[in-house]
Amino acid sequence: MKILNFVYLLLPFAIFSQDIKLNESIKRGKSLYEDFCVRCHMPDGKGQKGIIPPIAESDFLFNHLEESIKALKFGGIDGEIIVNGVKYNSRMEKMGLYDDEIADIMNYTLNTWGNKYEKIIDEKYVKSLKK
Amino acid sequence: MKKILSIYLSLTFFLLNFSCAQEIKPLDNIGSSKVVDEKNYEMELVFEDENLIWGLEILEDNSILASIKSGSIIHYKDGVKKEIKGVPEVYFRGQGGLLDLELHPDFNKNRLVYLSYAFSKNKDDGGNTAIARAKFVNDSLENLEVLYEGSPVSRKGQHFGSRMVFDNEKYLYFTIGDRGDRNVNPQDISVDGGKVYRIKDDGTVPSDNPFYYTPNAKKAIYSYGHRNPQGIFKHPETGKIWTNEHGPKGGDEINIIEKGKNYGWPKITFGINYSGTTITKNKSLPGMEQPLYYWLPSIAPSSFEYISSEVYPKWKGSLLAGALVFKYIERIEIENNKVISRSKIAEGLGRPRDVVQGPDGYIYVSIENKGVYKILPRK
Repeated sequence: MKILNFVYLLLPFAIFSQDIKLNESIKRGKSLYEDFCVRCHMPDGKGQKGIIPPIAESDFLFNHLEESIKALKFGGIDGEIIVNGVKYNSRMEKMGLYDDEIADIMNYTLNTWGNKYEKIIDEKYVKSLKK
Repeated sequence: MKKILSIYLSLTFFLLNFSCAQEIKPLDNIGSSKVVDEKNYEMELVFEDENLIWGLEILEDNSILASIKSGSIIHYKDGVKKEIKGVPEVYFRGQGGLLDLELHPDFNKNRLVYLSYAFSKNKDDGGNTAIARAKFVNDSLENLEVLYEGSPVSRKGQHFGSRMVFDNEKYLYFTIGDRGDRNVNPQDISVDGGKVYRIKDDGTVPSDNPFYYTPNAKKAIYSYGHRNPQGIFKHPETGKIWTNEHGPKGGDEINIIEKGKNYGWPKITFGINYSGTTITKNKSLPGMEQPLYYWLPSIAPSSFEYISSEVYPKWKGSLLAGALVFKYIERIEIENNKVISRSKIAEGLGRPRDVVQGPDGYIYVSIENKGVYKILPRK
């Protein structure tokens, strides 16, 4: 019982520290986004209709999250995809980013422009993804 | 109604064709409405390649050297692709990787190939642009010599520049972009980045370079105040070096490079931030050069070539640039250093990365993730 009390006591701190972790990752992700991604996906994440898919409020991103992270890690998705009802077919280049940077960019993307994602993407997860 | 519209459109194009001598100002071009389609050509696939071919060189025997951004070079000859050996390790990050290739003007005698690429000695510190040369023999690069390494290094993924060309005196011109640090590099001649450079073919710096005797200056600098020049050619009539460069939104430029001149970035520009906010309210300032032309909207010019051959009726003397954003090759006609017409070639084929005229007079184009094409005139 005592142990349980202890856990309850720590729980808010645990959540709080997760929040800090996420916010820091988002902050790093923002500056990486402005370096590596903004040229095509644009500052508002809306891309360029028919040319570069949106990542703001994008059905594809949330429905194919793992595939999207792999695209960032290994370089693009082959063939046609449909995002928010519009067809896209231009492969994204591999950016040579480190796994921790990919995690930061994902956390920024998944929590900006009206996007919301409940979990943190971390380096370990990105590292575990295979082609 | 459709008929009337089509008559109207053909009339417009008809009139456009005959308004040649009129200068096209960038502001007239919003929506690319005045960039007409070329018709009398065909695109012939030379070889397929799923990689990003960044640089192309056509050899005298019509075989092709192609640099792949991720760090390899292929030699395509008689229908066979061979990966060549001895390519230096590159820093593959963001816009960096293995970039341009350039043959020495006496390549047929000395077999020297020049390479530009992003280098890194310690990945945590980052990288910058390097220039090297090597002897191309037996499908291998031998005696690789590094001629220039930009500094300081940075982990930023942007703006490595790196296109190269030789002038009539066999000086090599190359570019390094601002490396994503526009407020520091382009206006400071004591650091690299945001510059056009001029070196001798062995990498030494000619003593008549503009800042050769300036204390603390990088002596190889020939002009500065650039953002990210990724297109370069030598004008065959004047011998001058022309570049195009990626600007911010609405600020892509064509410039004729003059010794020691400041091209203004980021103190002056016609462009704005991608987010729409202002970079500077100044479009001109004393002591800073105006571009010959600026593209509005931006096309993201990926390369620059002068057509000197007779292969294409009516195209001789015009310029070609890859338009990465709109996925076409732009043909530009110039009269008295003014742009008088713009037209599109191969729209929709893909992102054109390098455009070169081969020794056979034909134009070769690398299309990202698709391969190398040859433009054939249609009689």
